[in-house]
Amino acid sequence: MDDKSDIILSVRQIGKIYNGRRILDNVSFDICRGEVFVIMGGSGCGKSTMLRIMAGGVAPDSGQILFNGQDMSAVKGEEREKMRRRFGMSFQSAALLDYLTVEENVSLPIKEHTKLDPHIISIMAQTKLNLVGLQGFEKFMPNELSGGMRKRAGLARAIAMDPQIVFYDEPTAGLDPVVCAVVDRLILDLTRKLQITSIVVTHNMESVFRIADRVAMLYQGRLLEAGTAEEIKNTSNPIVQQFIRGDIEGPIQIA
Amino acid sequence: MKTDNSMQQNFAILKKAEDIGILVLNGWKVAVESASLFLETLYWIVVGPFRGKPVDLKALFQQMVFMGFESIKIVFFVTFFTGIVLAMQSAHQLSKMGGTIYVASLVTISLCRELGPVLTALVLAGRIGASITAEIGSMKVNEQIEALDTMGINPVRYLVVPKFLALLFMLPILTVLGNASGMFGGYMIGVYNLKINAGLYIQTAFKFLTIKDIYTGLSKSLIFAVIITMVGVYQGLKTNGGAVEVGRATTISVVVSFILIILADCLMTGIYFFVKM
Repeated sequence: MDDKSDIILSVRQIGKIYNGRRILDNVSFDICRGEVFVIMGGSGCGKSTMLRIMAGGVAPDSGQILFNGQDMSAVKGEEREKMRRRFGMSFQSAALLDYLTVEENVSLPIKEHTKLDPHIISIMAQTKLNLVGLQGFEKFMPNELSGGMRKRAGLARAIAMDPQIVFYDEPTAGLDPVVCAVVDRLILDLTRKLQITSIVVTHNMESVFRIADRVAMLYQGRLLEAGTAEEIKNTSNPIVQQFIRGDIEGPIQIA
Repeated sequence: MKTDNSMQQNFAILKKAEDIGILVLNGWKVAVESASLFLETLYWIVVGPFRGKPVDLKALFQQMVFMGFESIKIVFFVTFFTGIVLAMQSAHQLSKMGGTIYVASLVTISLCRELGPVLTALVLAGRIGASITAEIGSMKVNEQIEALDTMGINPVRYLVVPKFLALLFMLPILTVLGNASGMFGGYMIGVYNLKINAGLYIQTAFKFLTIKDIYTGLSKSLIFAVIITMVGVYQGLKTNGGAVEVGRATTISVVVSFILIILADCLMTGIYFFVKM
């Protein structure tokens, strides 16, 4: 894993300021091809912003993101669009377009970026829906689905263009424990089967240790600790330990 | 003590000046952002087809039905009764001078030049402007705009262009319908209440109507269409937060559209009035 060529995304000294408040401060880590990398941290620690910066949706104030060794901020226009097409993103609220059916939602990026026959696009969309276990729901509208199904449909859309990296923003937020486990299993399955790299932002501890190959913990905009799931679990850092156990007493300052 | 007071007064004046400065800067920022949104919309209309991304005809058609066809009833309703009111008011004044017959031309010309375009635009600002802001605003707060962006789908091209073109086509058509229904209202009063001969009424109605009256009105409605979509989209895209913010943005959108429509109308009437064309 330490081999340089295996690094797909490299985060270098990223800093971000919002309305005069420093959200991210000098954060650096590397993400390897084919792993599930989890970024955890409390609410407002900057982890969602970090995810958006990595996905190219938000520009950092300082630092660089290297995708396959190439600085993302140096790529502009059409090339940048092409680069971003290698990313998929699953949103906290699923963010399906609510006036389109599930299948139309999944086929939207394919329809917009390719000139394929509608029949073929439909087959491609159905394949992705099968992968997330939503066969038979093609013609449903998003508001007719449960929260977990919407998340899975969002996931099918995220992998529609066969991305190299999929970003997940709180994939299990608001789901019951069983559906949580289903979504976690899905993240693992997709990562292994489709050989994609998954970058997950979450504060659900059960989820973290179920899926993570490696974990980074952000605290007050800084990278507190990064390592394999096992290393993080057994760390001596009191802040990480308090966060994992969910204790009220401890060094974490609650705003 | 005295110096303290005068210093306080100075501070108060400075504070006022600062407030005004902030207001001007904000206004300027809004103007610049709206203008760049407008230019981006035009860019996608003109350049989009050459980059393999022409306007989605299905979406355009859906928007035209929603904005145009489904607004016919309300436009008809508003302009028809305005025509009636206009005829009754002017008949009251004109009859004193023995010119009741001119009710017909007065109704026709004021509708075509002024009231038809403005009333239709105000109705559409309430109906369509509000719905554009509410739709785009809730898409914004539900991360759907961001989702489009991450999929590499430009939200302006995908969402704004069909709405913009649809209203640009439909508002002049609705204006013509509005003019006609207003004239019909005037005709009802003229013929059935003022007992003007039907043929004579129609003849007088069109006697003084020039082609300039028609295109003055229609050129206004094109500008109004741009105002309604751009204000609606801009307010929607600026929405942040939750349901309350969507509601607030919708209100602002309608109010700003109303004000801009009236201002633009005044400006354009002024141009047509002072510049002889």
